[in-house]
Amino acid sequence: MSARAGAATAVPGGAQAAVEHYLGEHTRSAGSLPGAGTAWLRELREQGIERFADLGFPSTRDEHWRYTSVAPIAAQRLRVALPAPVPAPEALAPFLFPGLDAHRLVFVNGRYAAELSAPGSLPDGVHLDSLAQVLAAAPERARPALSGLALRTGFDALHQAFLADGVWLELAAGVALARPVHLVHLGVGAAEPALANLRTVISLGARAEARVIESFGSLGSGAGLTTAVTTVVLAEGAALEHFKLQEEAATVDHVARVEVRQGRDSRYTSHSVSLGGGITRNDITSTLEGEGAECTLNGLYMAAGRQHVDFHTTIDHAEPRGTSRELYKGILGGRARGVFNGRILVQPGAQKTDSQQSSQNLLLSREAEVDTKPELEIYADDVKCSHGATVGQLDADMLFYLRSRGIDHGTAQGFLTRGFAQDVIDRMSIDAVRERLERLVVTHVPGPESAQVSP
Amino acid sequence: MLEIRDLHVEVDGKPILKGIDLTIRAGEVHAVMGPNGSGKSTLSHVLAGREGYTVTRGSVTFEGKDLLEMAPEIRAREGIFLAFQYPVEIPGVNNTYFLKAAVNAGRKHRGLEELDAMDFMQLVREKMKVVKMKDDLLKRSVNEGFSGGEKKRNEIFQMAMLEPKLAILDETDSGLDIDALKIVADGVNSLRSPERSMLVVTHYQRLLEYIVPDQVHVLAGGRIVKSGDRTLALELERHGYGWIEQQGVTAA
Ligand SMILES: Nc1ncnc2c1ncn2[C@@H]1O[C@H](COP(=O)(O)OP(=O)(O)OP(=O)(O)O)[C@@H](O)[C@H]1O
Ligand SMILES: [Mg+2]
Repeated sequence: MSARAGAATAVPGGAQAAVEHYLGEHTRSAGSLPGAGTAWLRELREQGIERFADLGFPSTRDEHWRYTSVAPIAAQRLRVALPAPVPAPEALAPFLFPGLDAHRLVFVNGRYAAELSAPGSLPDGVHLDSLAQVLAAAPERARPALSGLALRTGFDALHQAFLADGVWLELAAGVALARPVHLVHLGVGAAEPALANLRTVISLGARAEARVIESFGSLGSGAGLTTAVTTVVLAEGAALEHFKLQEEAATVDHVARVEVRQGRDSRYTSHSVSLGGGITRNDITSTLEGEGAECTLNGLYMAAGRQHVDFHTTIDHAEPRGTSRELYKGILGGRARGVFNGRILVQPGAQKTDSQQSSQNLLLSREAEVDTKPELEIYADDVKCSHGATVGQLDADMLFYLRSRGIDHGTAQGFLTRGFAQDVIDRMSIDAVRERLERLVVTHVPGPESAQVSP
Repeated sequence: MLEIRDLHVEVDGKPILKGIDLTIRAGEVHAVMGPNGSGKSTLSHVLAGREGYTVTRGSVTFEGKDLLEMAPEIRAREGIFLAFQYPVEIPGVNNTYFLKAAVNAGRKHRGLEELDAMDFMQLVREKMKVVKMKDDLLKRSVNEGFSGGEKKRNEIFQMAMLEPKLAILDETDSGLDIDALKIVADGVNSLRSPERSMLVVTHYQRLLEYIVPDQVHVLAGGRIVKSGDRTLALELERHGYGWIEQQGVTAA
């Protein structure tokens, strides 16, 4: 312990108290986390807490966190979520997609809840399980996937220090999973703010195909932090359509990271929708390691009150003939703040890269703000790269047109907001997801009213 | 039905309408003609409640109520309809969905039951015949990618669906081919009734051959400088607006 406390003193000022707290949590929880008896896993967690002691939480002096202050998170003394009582099945209903036929895995405060899950029967060549189960049954199998994470920030480090449970999805070569996988992550409010960690490992063999939906929601209004790390490996010709819907309570902060490695001719499509949360940060990175890979990142964020939502994407074109398409749309009301940072890296030799990025934002109140920034680093000469960003208000002519037909102001705003979001939703291949999102978008319209109601 | 008294309107501090007086009784059709920039669209917009116009003097009453006090959506539900000179494209908002919300907002206001999907679609089919509109336009976003003529037809289709008491048609005829003009005029005529009034803004006498007005007004420089019966439109076509100036300004 003393060596770690020594490292903690290197962290400036008030951050030391936070480090002390998490060191304490680490000591307290170490014996009870899944796979506690596995030496390499214990070491991995130790590495995590040591790294956290070095790094602390990111500050706005860090270029990648310039617009996102996590001071409110750093000020909290989060308890590492211990297994929570499993809520009644009815509690799950609001987070499901009516009509969706899926393999469903449910997690409560970061732990697998078998009672609420319905994995269904899986075809040969598909391994879908909770990470805790894999760690109990065949820990060595998970070792390479869990060991490789670069701990860039204090959040990565905390995540690894308290790595507990999550999802394991592996498809053998040539397997196409017909029904989507739906992963539901529920946070149940407790007296003390809790830290929930989720690790998702997705690996698709050559030409395998899957669709995965991740939902994040809250029951009750307890505070806390969710950290989610998803790693995706796509072998040659594999295809993953990856949905994420973040609708946690405004008292919950959410820091998530998706790391994708794409093989030759593989396709990765992400639809990331962020509606809830207090401070939400999503880092999505895809590396196109094989020729001819395709990466599509779509995103929609809606925020009101004092919500803060930040998307940082990186597409690393490492090989020739890669294609990337990005469309992010933000709708911000109240005093909400949005951040989009889209980095495109074209490595030397990644010729014939074709990349397009678009960031479009709608501000529904005077106090709402957005910072949107493309970051292009191009080291090859025969490439097509375009990017564009817009920030605007609801169109007054459109608003008047709708009202002149008898539609009241609020409803007209809702129509236009939904209209704005529509093309992001249209890109999703699952009807049940699209239908629920269309309804959600309408109810989430951050009008000027929400500026006054929200804290 | 509609009484405009000494209406003065400014935009960004610039006077546009400089004292309009106009009375339209139930069942009447009034045409407004006048040179470009004379304030015809401004008058239409002010009646429909568009923001950005400041009424500095005068009043507008609609069926005895103060129109200028009402929000645009309330005016619409009370029975005012503006067919836009430049209908607005609204990407991502489905035409049918929008129209259903509009129809039901009006019905609710009048204390009628809202139409369900089936009754609504039946009404749609019936009214689409009136303007011979193509089915697929309904499935698209409001006016998005519609041709100029299709947009104008869509305005009249909406009017047929909403059954207003006072329809203001702002240059609905411009941009229409000869056949479309006939169809639109037939559509408008089919909606004429002793309870329904119309204010038809146009540059062309041709439309008024189809939609025969009770009165014709000439708006110039923000004032109605001449009013008369339908023969006034013919005179204007023959002599141009200069002819009125030569006659000397005679307020209506
Ligand atoms: N928002 C505005 N800002 C400044 N001037 C305006 C604005 N709206 C209208 N105007 C001016 O008011 C005058 C009247 O415009 P309006 O559109 O009412 O004319 P109109 O009679 O409909 O013309 P047209 O026959 O070309 O359609 C014009 O000079 C126009 O430039
Ligand atoms: Mg005009």
